[in-house]
Amino acid sequence: MSANSIYKPQSPLLQWLERRLPIAGLVYSSFIVYPTPRNLNYWWTFGGILTFMLGAQMVTGIVLAMHYTPHVDLAFNSVETIMRDVNYGWLLRYLHANGASFFFVAVYAHIIRGMYYGSYKDPREVLWILGVILFLLMVVTGFMGYVLPWGQMSFWAATVITNLFSAIPGVGDPIVTWLWGGYAVGNPTLNRFYSLHYLLPFVIAGVVVLHIWALHMVGQNNPTGVEPKAEKDTVAFTPYATVKDAFFIGVFCLFLAWFVFYIPNYLGHSDNYIPANPGQTPTHIVPEWYYLPFYAILRAIPSKLLGVIALLASIVLLAFLPWLDTSRVRSANYRPLYRQFLIVFFLVVIGLGYLGSQPPEGGYVIAARVLTAYYFVFLLIILPLLGLFETTKPLPNSISESVLPAGSAAPSGAKV
Amino acid sequence: MNVHRSNAHRSIVLAVTLAGSLSVAGMHAACAQEAEAPPRQHWSFHGPFGTYDTAQLQRGFKIYREVCATCHSLKLLAFRNLADPGGPEFSEAQAATIASSFQVTDGPNDKGEMFQRPGKLADHFPLPFPNDQAARAALGGGLPPDMSVLAKARGYEAGFPWFIFDAFTQYQEDGPDYIHAILNGYEDPPPAGVTLAPGTQYNKYFPGDAIAMPKPLSDGQVEYTDGAPATVEQYSKDISAFLMWAAEPKLDERKRLGFQVFVFLLVLTGLLYFTKRRVWHDVHHPAAG
Repeated sequence: MSANSIYKPQSPLLQWLERRLPIAGLVYSSFIVYPTPRNLNYWWTFGGILTFMLGAQMVTGIVLAMHYTPHVDLAFNSVETIMRDVNYGWLLRYLHANGASFFFVAVYAHIIRGMYYGSYKDPREVLWILGVILFLLMVVTGFMGYVLPWGQMSFWAATVITNLFSAIPGVGDPIVTWLWGGYAVGNPTLNRFYSLHYLLPFVIAGVVVLHIWALHMVGQNNPTGVEPKAEKDTVAFTPYATVKDAFFIGVFCLFLAWFVFYIPNYLGHSDNYIPANPGQTPTHIVPEWYYLPFYAILRAIPSKLLGVIALLASIVLLAFLPWLDTSRVRSANYRPLYRQFLIVFFLVVIGLGYLGSQPPEGGYVIAARVLTAYYFVFLLIILPLLGLFETTKPLPNSISESVLPAGSAAPSGAKV
Repeated sequence: MNVHRSNAHRSIVLAVTLAGSLSVAGMHAACAQEAEAPPRQHWSFHGPFGTYDTAQLQRGFKIYREVCATCHSLKLLAFRNLADPGGPEFSEAQAATIASSFQVTDGPNDKGEMFQRPGKLADHFPLPFPNDQAARAALGGGLPPDMSVLAKARGYEAGFPWFIFDAFTQYQEDGPDYIHAILNGYEDPPPAGVTLAPGTQYNKYFPGDAIAMPKPLSDGQVEYTDGAPATVEQYSKDISAFLMWAAEPKLDERKRLGFQVFVFLLVLTGLLYFTKRRVWHDVHHPAAG
């Protein structure tokens, strides 16, 4: 993998730098000549999109932070000042709020890709676990960001979610008081959420570095799940992957722009334009759309403690996928049964998302319980058993065999 | 490139469709207990090229000033906003005259006392009541909401599958539709069999159908000078449009910039697409190389 990654700069200045800090060589080996499977489809562009979105959220967020005031009496109006009196403040805020949603769109696509093509399997377990950690960090960061405008949904989401910790036996209530910095969600809560909302993206950036590092140790998976064997199975990262990523980032930005410029409040809740009022509970407290499946799981379980455990387990279990999935074949394209069960799993998550947006009563609760049951049965029972009993389709001998017409695979077409 | 990809795409379409049909089953139950959905109106600011109608915003402001301002504050807006581009677009002199017709509290002065003076362009709209408690005391317990972002703070759930279509048709006017509906939703006497709590009126669009606000508008109440009909229907459309502007004053600018961004992104993405095809040509057609 590192055979062609030896970097020999021409310029004396770069040679001088390279002997002291081989940073140009690192960029060269990681983002220029790095070999990437030639058969990657567009599902593989979401890693680049996520990196781009993290950068975009940081840039807009840092400028918003220059104008935002984290105080219960001032926060709501400071956001409105950004919308009205800060130059392009409306653009920054709508980019940041919708950007958070699109960050989650990208991360869900990225996770779907990983699950469909078995990207978590040996030797990519650590890469996958770092990904689950990144997702957890995103969930926490997104939640804290949603609290900052201090509207009704902000306040009540903060109340509901922090209250989950009170389910812990014995120490639950002291923990909640400690999280709040008081005996109710108030100014200390808002202040610490703001502080952490500013801090966590940098933690995410750090884990992203580890994620990419781990990726470059083991190389990318691909739609066949067969490791590259020869040079003709791969192409250089630049220009092949970079131009493809750039194109799809453009497509992604078109979608984002549709929301930011034309329907900026479509994904939000109108109640969050009502200033937070601790004395008045909204009719339905609903989280942002990207948390709805987990919210449905939480509410499906009658016991509060078990509900919280199920909520946590629904994410943490994903980290154990490399061991829950016992099949040696990676890609669902060669696992007909797994493919069916996995597609049902994705449908179930979408269904849970819908149920999370509905009041927890009547048929909705029963449906949520059925879907929650499938969620866990799939991960804990179906997945381990499938690997033992499933008959898989024959794998291609190599990546090039799977993509090139028979007979033409002889010369290496991948070289520039 | 990969025969299985089209299958994956089909699965996703299937997933969305199935989840959708699941939702439809649930919707009817949920809708039953909610208030009637507001009828959708035609708004000049709808769609990618929509802009506020200046004359309509000026009429709407007249209604705010003569009717709503008695009880409802508009505290996030300053008089200078009345002269902003993309708003009612009064001239600066007109806005200053409007400002000076309001009395605002200033101070403390050199003697340490608060005092009243005519408003200036930089002042925000004064509050009709000194605080919420005063408002409740004067209005029999009800608290009129501030109107600055009211048009974005109200709305209704379109329900499945309409909310998906709304993303494509760029429907973002549920707030003004709701306000318009409330102003036209009073029924006096209430329908047979409905008993109302004292101090409330029947309004079929208000959640719970009982609203504390008395019917605020009636035909001929506000005099229009531009020939627009002096009807509740026209009044309610004008005030709703005005409140949408108050809540979203940068809408014109946003949609204008959005179009420019779209043209730019389409050209950029198109060029990137052809660059990508060019770069990958030899990989996809190795025999030609």
